[in-house]
Formats: sequence, structure tokens, C-alpha cells
Amino acid sequence: MEEQKKTESKKKGVLMAIAVLLAFFFVSKLLSGIATNPSQIAYENKCASCHGLEGEGVKEMIPPLANSDWLVNNQETIACVIKYGVKGPMLVNGKEYDIEMLGQKKMKDIELTNIINYINTSWGNTISPMKNVAVIEQLKNCN
Amino acid sequence: MNKILFFLSFLILVSCTNESKKLHDYSVSIINSSLGPDTIIKAVPDFEFTNQLGNKVNNETFKDDIYVVDFFFTSCPGICPVMTKNMLRVYEKYNLDLKFLSHSIDQKRDDIPKLKKYAEKIGIINDEKWHFVMGTDEGIKKMAKNYMILAYEDTTVAGGFEHGGQFVLIDKQQHVRGYYDGTDEEAVDKLIDDIAILKLENK
Repeated sequence: MEEQKKTESKKKGVLMAIAVLLAFFFVSKLLSGIATNPSQIAYENKCASCHGLEGEGVKEMIPPLANSDWLVNNQETIACVIKYGVKGPMLVNGKEYDIEMLGQKKMKDIELTNIINYINTSWGNTISPMKNVAVIEQLKNCN
Repeated sequence: MNKILFFLSFLILVSCTNESKKLHDYSVSIINSSLGPDTIIKAVPDFEFTNQLGNKVNNETFKDDIYVVDFFFTSCPGICPVMTKNMLRVYEKYNLDLKFLSHSIDQKRDDIPKLKKYAEKIGIINDEKWHFVMGTDEGIKKMAKNYMILAYEDTTVAGGFEHGGQFVLIDKQQHVRGYYDGTDEEAVDKLIDDIAILKLENK
């Protein structure tokens, strides 16, 4: 009698564990598609419709942000470019792009910092993160 | 058990309505339909424009074709890149048996070489499935007005034009069958689905 009870509670325990694991699996599956990182959310809301969720750009119309030599070489103006836009031909990874990007004039320095650091460290990019003070400093000298 | 039965009947209902789905025809007046009297968008009027390869494009070019229409200009910094990116998605899905007509609304700054360059930048090279066209200011405005899409010069707006980002779906009878926000990915997903429905209708 005692033994039967023991095996029964064991069975219950195992079933319970499986249920918990399954629940965890489904919840994590659900959440994995949703960005929770504020930098990623800002990027996806403000930049991804053109530059793509993976920073891939669009053909030769919109330049990529992933593995872009232009991004590596223009860190000292990147905050200004995002905030005030950019115009005229631009060479990225050997290809010429020529499309005007409008500025995100309402964007505050903190959001700019978040976006820059998300771009600098995503999709294989390994550019050093930028401090908020550096972004503030850069914004004082935009052309 | 009851719940399961309910769910099953719901599924059957949904699949049935899907099968008999028909796109609304904006170019036909259906006064007595359950939808009530509606706004009638005229069938496509006569037009003649020039495309990115310098060739003439007119109603005859799209005879017996389903096609998608939009309005843009090559130096448009705001919504056009997003629209073009989304249209490219439709093109890549259906490029074999669907046509596209993108009207430039900027007759002052755009020219044929600029249209050609714009097309080539997105990989549309010597391809006359997707026509990027221009013509007279009056001619383009007539088209926009017909489709009820905003397109007018406004120097206070970035790029110098106020214009609507809709994609318009046209059937083989040159009737307007759908409007989609070309800047919204989900709306463009619906366009892709609707094209499949429209193709069945024309079989």
C-alpha cells in the first residue's frame, strides 16, 4: 500500500515536471520573437523599415548597417547623421548609394546612444560602444 | 465535447468563407449590396507615359494583366524607400505574371535616366514587368486623382511633395480591386494574399 502511494506520487512528480518544461518551452518560444531590449525596440521602430531587421539594407537603394565599412569609418558623425539626416552619394562597401535619409530630429541623446550601440554590436558588427557623453559631445558639433 | 464541436464548425465556416472570397470591385456601383451605396473609383482612364527604358507605356501595355500601381519620385526621402522595399517584396513573389506601374509625381526633377537608375538600384534591369514612368504633370495628376491618391507639391514637406503611399490593385478589366498602405508590411502581406485571390477569379 505504502509503496503504491510512493510510485503514484513519483508518477505525479514526473508528469508535473514535464508539464512545467512544456509550459516553459512554449512561453519562451512566444517571447523569443518579441524584442524586449529597449535599444532593439528603438531600432526596430525607427530604422528597420528601411535598413531591415538584420541591418541588411535594400539592394543598392538603401545601404546596409551590418558589416558596413562606412559605419566603421564614420563613428565621429554617426549621431549627427541619425539626428539630422544625410544626403548625396555615399560609398558603402565599394557600392554607391544615393538616397536622402531624413533626420530623426526629435530623437534625444539617450535614444541615439541606444540605437548607435545596438547597431555597433549587432549582426556581426564589433564596433566599440559609444558612451552617452560622447554622443552629447558629438551633437554639439553637427554640420 | 460541445466545445470541440463548436470549434470544428467554426473551422468549417471559416474555410468555406475563404473559398468563396471575392475582392471588392471599387469600379462597379453596387447600390443594392449589403455594403450599401459605395464610392465608385473609375476604371483606369486612358494614359500614355514613358518608362525607365524610354519606351511608351499605355493602357495597351497592361491589357489583360493584373497590376499594381503606386506614386513616387526618385528623390523622395520619406515614405518612398519603404514603399519601394515593400513593392519589391510583391515583385519577388509574383514577378512572372504580375505587372507594376510606378508613376513619378515629380516631372521637374525626375528624368528617364534617373528612373532607370532608380530601377537598377533595386535590381530591375531591362525588365518591363515593373514600369517606372513619367509624363506630363497633368497626365500623372489625372491618374492620381482617378485613384483618389494625394499627390501635390508642398515645399513645407520634406522632399517637396505631399503624397499618399497607397498601392492600388487593378484587375484584368482595368477595375480597381484593392487599396493597401504601401508603408505597412501587414497591409502588403494582405496585398500578396489578395493577388492570389484575384488570380483565381480570372482563371
